[in-house]
Parts: sequence; C-alpha cells; structure tokens
Amino acid sequence: MSEAFWALGRASGVVLLVLMTLSMLLGLLTRSGRPLLRLPRFGVQLAHRNIALLSVVFLVVHIGSLLLDPYAQLRLVDVIVPFAAAKDPLAVGLGTAALDLLVAVVVTALLRRRIGVRAFRVVHWATYLLWPISLLHGITAGSDGRSSAFLVLAAVSALAVGAAAVWRTTDGFVEYRRSRTEPVR
Amino acid sequence: MTATTLHIDWTRCRGRGACIDLVPGLSRDPWGYPILGSSGSDLPVPPQLEVDAADAVALCPVAALSLRPSAGTGAGR
Repeated sequence: MSEAFWALGRASGVVLLVLMTLSMLLGLLTRSGRPLLRLPRFGVQLAHRNIALLSVVFLVVHIGSLLLDPYAQLRLVDVIVPFAAAKDPLAVGLGTAALDLLVAVVVTALLRRRIGVRAFRVVHWATYLLWPISLLHGITAGSDGRSSAFLVLAAVSALAVGAAAVWRTTDGFVEYRRSRTEPVR
Repeated sequence: MTATTLHIDWTRCRGRGACIDLVPGLSRDPWGYPILGSSGSDLPVPPQLEVDAADAVALCPVAALSLRPSAGTGAGR
C-alpha cells in the first residue's frame, strides 16, 4: 500500500509541473489581452483560472499521498514550515515554500474583487517565484527528478515560461500597445 | 421601475477586452477600449443580457465593471 502512495506522490508531482506551466503560460496570455486561436479572451482567462485550481487539487493529492507514505517521512508541520523536514530538508522545503506562496496566490485571486486589484496584482507577482521554486523542488526532491525524461520536461517547461516572460517585456505584448504609443498629430 | 446598467470605471479600464467578447454589441476603439458611445460610463443592460453583463463584471481582469440598478426614468446625463 505504501508503494501506491509513493507512486501517487511522484506521478502527481509530474502532473503538477505540467499544470503549473500551462497556468503560467495562460496567465501571461491573459495579461496580454489576446485571444488564443478560436478561444476568446475570457476563455483564455477561464482556462488559466481552472487549470490553476486543478493544480490545487493535484497538490492536495501530492501532499496527501506523501504524508501517508512512510518512506517520505513527511510530518504535518513540514507541509507548512519549510526546510525542517527530516529527510531532504532543502529539497522538500522548496516544495513547502512553493505551497505557502501558492496558498497566498490562490486565496488573493479568488478574493480579487473583494480585496482590490492592487493587492491581488502584488501577490500574483509571487508566481514568478513560485514556479521556479516548484521546478527546483521537482528536480531536487523528486526520486525521478534527475531522470532524463523529467529533465527534458523541465527544460521544455522552463524554455516555454521563460520565452513567455520575455515576451511580456517586449513592445508588442499587449494587443493595442503600439497604437496607444503612436504620436498624436 | 428599475433597470440595470453596466458601469465602467474608466480610471481602472486598461482596455484588455474581456468584456468585448462577453457583452453582445460592445466593440473596441482603435486603442482597445470598449465603445459605449452616448451611454458615457453606464451602458443600459436589457434583461436578456443581464447574465452576460454579470459574467463581464466577474471576469474583468482589472475589476473596472460593476452592475448598477438605475431608475428607469430615462433621464439622460
């Protein structure tokens, strides 16, 4: 039975990398205000939100299975307080730190209209910290983290998110930015 | 008698365009902002479009939209 928890913990970790990468890409696309092929702008935004919330579900599975797995030696306190785990404190702690950030990001996102856009935006910037920390956690803590298949997935994800983040800083990122900065005659 | 209007806070609107796809009849100006024409900041919402307007309020990425009840006196501003 403990083998099953261990397998579930590893598999959900890989799924989480894919979901969080998609969430980052769709979030950046949402910020640009552009539609995606036939998917309208609000559809991009809803896909971003729902994939992010789906990753919360997989995170519950990920943490729950590793709490129940005797090999991971994870205590309840290690889920909240980073870098105190008995086994691999640094690698596991990165995951805990990412979880703490993710809780803040998700809660402020769900309460966006209540707490105001400014607070939402400030906390949402933490995803640029959260995503790379999670990636590092996957590589260092995962028992398959240094396997070539996972490293290829990690590299492709990092390239995609990195490229999208660079795109954000370019002039043509927002749909109408060019027309807005044209000189007025 | 009251009707609903979709209020746009122009100080918040950044022209991201989510409402354009959600509210039938809304179009964008050359800078990406919604065109309300003579409605100014308060677009009258017919009953059959109230759900669409509520979706636009919920999904506006900069929370610039709100639904407001308006007295149906037809008095222009």
